[in-house]
This record gives sequence, C-alpha cells and structure tokens, in this order.
Amino acid sequence: MSKEKSDINFDLEILHGIATGNNLAIRKLYKLHFPAIAKMILNNQGSREEAQDIFQETVMVLYDKVSQGNFTLNSKLQTFLYAISKRLWLKQLTRGASKYHQDQIDSLEDSLAAEEAIEEHVLTEANLNQMEDALLTLGEPCKTILQDFYIKNASMTDICEKFGYTNPDNAKNQKYKCLQRLKKIFFKK
Amino acid sequence: MRDLGTQEFIEWADSYLRDELSREERLRFEEFCSQNPTYAALFSEHVSFISSLKQTDARASFKQALAETAQEYYQAETVKKPAKIIRLWNSLQLNAAVAAAIAIVSVFSTLWLTGYYSNLKKTSTDYSALRRDMNTVKRNVNAHNAEIKNIKSDKDNTEDMHFGATGFMITRDGYVVTNYHVITGADSVHLQNHKGESYKAEIIFTNPEKDLAILHISDSTFKSLKNLPYTFKKQDSDLGEDIYTIGFPRDEAVYGQGYLSSATGYAGDTLAYQISIPVNPGNSGGPVLDKDGNVIGIISGKQKGIDGAAFAIKTKALLETLNSIPVDSLKGNIVLSNRNGLTNLNRTDQIKRLQDYIYIVKVY
Repeated sequence: MSKEKSDINFDLEILHGIATGNNLAIRKLYKLHFPAIAKMILNNQGSREEAQDIFQETVMVLYDKVSQGNFTLNSKLQTFLYAISKRLWLKQLTRGASKYHQDQIDSLEDSLAAEEAIEEHVLTEANLNQMEDALLTLGEPCKTILQDFYIKNASMTDICEKFGYTNPDNAKNQKYKCLQRLKKIFFKK
Repeated sequence: MRDLGTQEFIEWADSYLRDELSREERLRFEEFCSQNPTYAALFSEHVSFISSLKQTDARASFKQALAETAQEYYQAETVKKPAKIIRLWNSLQLNAAVAAAIAIVSVFSTLWLTGYYSNLKKTSTDYSALRRDMNTVKRNVNAHNAEIKNIKSDKDNTEDMHFGATGFMITRDGYVVTNYHVITGADSVHLQNHKGESYKAEIIFTNPEKDLAILHISDSTFKSLKNLPYTFKKQDSDLGEDIYTIGFPRDEAVYGQGYLSSATGYAGDTLAYQISIPVNPGNSGGPVLDKDGNVIGIISGKQKGIDGAAFAIKTKALLETLNSIPVDSLKGNIVLSNRNGLTNLNRTDQIKRLQDYIYIVKVY
C-alpha cells in the first residue's frame, strides 16, 4: 500500500525481483500486499490458513505471468494481486457448496486480466508439474547430471569428475541416455 | 554430414546453445539446420524441451523461496501478536483489578440498597404454617423446671414441644384429620373438644407432601358420636364461593368466613385453594365448609405480607391420602359419611351442630 509517487517504480522493482527469484522481493510483496488480501478472505468466510494458501497461489500466478516475459502492468500491482486473489478465492468457494455472489465493484478489465493470468498459470502449472514428475521418475544420478549440465551450465569434465566417469565421453554418453529417457517419460504422459 | 546420428546432432546443438562454438561453426550449424528440416525440427523440439526443463527448475526454486519467506513472515507475525497482548495485559493488570473490584462492590451494594436481598428472603419464606405456639413463656419456665428436676437423672433433655391447632373428625368413630406440620416431632397428641373433654390420640398416618396427618382417638373414655353432619365434597369448588371455617387460634372456637379466591394454592399448588378468610396461628387443620355444609378443604397456611391470602388443602388431597393408608395401620375401616345434615340450616345452627366434631389439637 505504498502511497508515494514512486508507486509504479516500486511495483516494477518487485516484479523484476520476482522474475529473478529474489527473496527480498518476495518478502516485500508479503509485507505490502498480504494484509489486504488476508482481510478480504477473512471477511468472506475464509480462515487465516486459507488466506495464506490463496496468497501463495496468487504469487505463483504473478510469477508465471512475469516469467513469460511479456507482462506489462496495466494497473497497480495491488489491484492486480487483489483481483487474482479474489478470483482464486471465488473458485475455491464455489467448488464447495457455499454460495458467494460476485460483487460488481471491481472493474471488468481487472477481472478479465486476472482471469487470463489464472488460466495461463493453470496451464503452466500442469505442464511443469508433468516435467517435475518426469524428473522424479527419472531418478538419480540422471536428474542431477541433466540439471548440472543444462541448468547450471557445468562442463562435461566437471560432471565427469563429480560422478566418477572414466572420461568425458562416457559422461557425455550417459547424459544423452538420460536425456532420451527423460523425453520418453515426459512425452509418454 | 547427412548421415549424422541423433546423438551427435544433440551434442552439437548443446554446444551451439551453450555458446561453445566459434563464429564459423555457429554459421555452419545454422546452415545445416536450414538445409535439413528434419534436424531443424529436432533442434527446435530440443530447445523447447530444455527451456521447459529450465523453467521447471526455476519455478521450483522460486516456489521454495516463496514458501520459506511465507513461513518466516507468518512466524514473525504470530510471534509478534501474543507479545503485544501480554504487554498490554501487564500494563493494564492493575487497572483491570481495580475496575473489577469496583464493579463487584457496586453491583452488590446496589442490590442491597434496592432491597433485592430482603425481597429474595421474603419470597422464599413468605409461607407460614398456622400452628400456634402456646404459652411460650409458661412453657419456657416449665422447661426450665423440668431441666432442673432432671439435672441429676441422666434423661434426654429434649425440649417439649407444645403447639396448638385445629382438627376435625372424618368418621364418627374417632378418626381426625389435621395438618402434618402440626404434629411433626410430637411426643403425644391430645384432642380437646369445645366442652373441655380431652382425649389422647395416636398418629395413624402422615403425608408430608400434602401436609396431612390422620389421627385416631385411642382413649377408652371416648365414645362414638352421632353421624357426622357434614360430607366431603370431591369436586373442585368454584371461585367466589361463600365459605367459612371454625378453628382454635385461641382456646375458644373462632368462626371465620370469606370466599374462595383462587383455584390454586401457594406457588401454584394445584392441590390447594387460596381462600380469603382471616386466619391466624392455630387455625391450621380447621375444616373449610361451603354454605351447604360440605367440607371443601383444610386450612394449612397463609402467605406473609399479603392480606387475606390463606391456603386450604383440597378435600381431594385428603381423600387421596386416606386411600393411600395401608390397611394394617387402620383400626377399622374409614367410612366417610354421605348424609349431609346441614344443608337446610342457617349458619348459626350449622355451627352448633358442627362444634362437637371440631377439636383443638394439642401437641406435646
């Protein structure tokens, strides 16, 4: 709830921090935006734990949106987060038997943007969960080899040493096999 | 280069993606891809797969960071709150104690000032049984004398009870009814009629709930009387009915008359009437008769602080009590009279006929 002139810059800073996975940014996000959203949920038959869950999911929606790289903030971050939380909470409520009448106070634009972001989030989550599952099924040491090579950009010689292969070519072969297996598992699902 | 294996191609692609190739080689790779659509497709698939792998990892680590931050945040929040409350409590403890003390004092003093307690006491004890403490002073003196006499003999020194009340016959052969509260704790019970003849009576049956006691005159000098002039009315009587009683609030019979004022007794007791007859201690156990000379009730008590609110036990309760007496405690059947000899008489004649059947009950 920053009320200074640099509102927008501040929001952008947080967004940037989130894109790079900065803990400080997450903390700020909590401090600034959690209380309002928690209040909204508590006022609508929610518990404190539910508020926490909803807020975490909201942040994940934001993260997915930001990591797509094409996110531009049309309104204040607070408004965006609030709209998303509201949507998520509504969904959770209507999943149960309880009735909840959506009020028309929030503008259509905001709720549309929120809806879109949530849909994207659900898709990404499904997709990436599949990858995570595949990685889990793949098991060690394949998982670590692939992570080291593709994510941490480790050189083949390093990997060779770390896993005790006799020469980098062997490691290369192993890595290739692992990748093929992962692809097989991933696409099978 | 056309027969390049998939593995080699992937290695090449990885090198290209990781920027390990020289400028020349990069160009060659790009050219190769543009010339071989199959490999180009393979390459793009590989790229998207790797990117989704990277994304998964980044997302997972973000999620973890989020969870950790959230944990920290909630902990900080929950730790902070009780501390605040405790601090508040510590600083306000004294104020709270003082406020509570003042509240308590003011509540009770207000209650006391407005007479709440005296009202409470009154309502819980405003029923008084109408037995008469006789000759209190004399009794005390007698008790002292007895005490002095007994001082050497080791007898029990319970104080003699001495009460007076009223009772009336229910059969001609010596059954008399009075109130239970009259004869509680009695050593002996004597009945005395208006001529001054006194007989010893024994308690046949008591019913504390209905406040009734059935006595029988056991004295050998007692002779059966003529048939009772009155009958017992089993049905409830109506409000406003003209009624009267004869009792012994003093050693002479006293006549009182009034009307039936309510169909229920003290605190809604359905086995009693409220009657409006001036009664006094000693009237207990006296019969309540209607204008035709039917016994409709037995005087039992009155309510303190309310004028003219006396209570009489209904005849129905008496009949129920009679029916519940075990046969072996009876001395001959109780047969109630069903001939009313008072109906057509005027009140003074009724009373003359009645008097023989009403006794002063003396309890020692």
